[in-house]
Amino acid sequence: MKFVKEVLLIMTFTFIGELLHAFLPLPVPAGVYGLLLLLLALMSGVVKLADVETSGNFLLDVMTMMFIPAGVAIMDSFSVLQPVIGPYLAVILVSTVLVLALTGLCAQKVLSFTETSESKAAEAAEEMPEFTTGIGREGEKSE
Amino acid sequence: MTETLITSQYFGFVISIFLYLIAVQIKAKLKLPVFNPLLLTCIMVIGLLLILNIPYTDYKESADLLSYLLTPATVCLAIPMYRQLKLLRQNLPAILSSVLIGSMGSIVTILIMGKLLQLESQHIITLLPKSITTAIGMGVSEEAGGIVTLTVISIVITGIFGTIIAEPLFKLLKISHPIARGLALGTASHAIGTAKALEFGEIEGAMSSLSIVLAGVITVCAVPVVSSLFL
Repeated sequence: MKFVKEVLLIMTFTFIGELLHAFLPLPVPAGVYGLLLLLLALMSGVVKLADVETSGNFLLDVMTMMFIPAGVAIMDSFSVLQPVIGPYLAVILVSTVLVLALTGLCAQKVLSFTETSESKAAEAAEEMPEFTTGIGREGEKSE
Repeated sequence: MTETLITSQYFGFVISIFLYLIAVQIKAKLKLPVFNPLLLTCIMVIGLLLILNIPYTDYKESADLLSYLLTPATVCLAIPMYRQLKLLRQNLPAILSSVLIGSMGSIVTILIMGKLLQLESQHIITLLPKSITTAIGMGVSEEAGGIVTLTVISIVITGIFGTIIAEPLFKLLKISHPIARGLALGTASHAIGTAKALEFGEIEGAMSSLSIVLAGVITVCAVPVVSSLFL
């Protein structure tokens, strides 16, 4: 029954997210509502981590796969993209590199000021060595 | 044969996962970042559909379970966030400042490059939400007068490109802190980047998940202001 309960909980939060998305006039997608509500439920103890963890980790582990249909969809709207593909790719590539660099460097700079966080991060990582996502994809892990 | 595949309810699902598995193995062998499993899979699926003359809509019908699971998976991003809650709380200054700078950096570069490349305003608006998660980005684009179809494509390309370039870029710029890596991936490449961040580790995944939410909020607020001022 463990999985029945887990799947029910996860799908219920998804459904509540969907309802909020339908009824609240905010540009927040169902998944983000569900995420915030599940986080609150975990923090307040209404939902226990053990009651969503196994199925949840499974979903997160295969998450990349879920973007395949969205990627393949490009074949259908390629005719719309074609006339502007050059400038679009230029903007996307430059801007994405810049955002990665800006965000990463800024975070690292601030972290070096709040110096203690470095050791705390290491601590936190050591506290939960049993948790691994991306099993079987060792080749993709850096360092 | 093609007729059977078109009407099949499982063809798209099976072929997507099968080709993804092959793509993961190609990546494991060849190691080069450009052999991104998601990118390879999409190219292979598109190639196969073109060869077999199967329309996208028929593929989509039988592969839709994959997209269906995306919302519950997004909900489950609460799990790594909850497990790393202490770390999220302790590092709020770094998190807020870097996601704000990254998100505004995205908007400003798109604006400047769009003007330099003489893109029409409508196209610049279309590109502005490229770094946020699809469901939010579509709304932002529509509201500000962009072309939603192109926004969705831009978001997907941004996601895939961000995951390809992240590792070499992190090495080049010596961005080694898991918090910084997670924030960068989530801010630049939304949920696709977060799936990649989870492969790096749980801290990266938690930080990236939070970045999706924060970058979404910042972009939703900034795009209407920016587009009314400059476009």
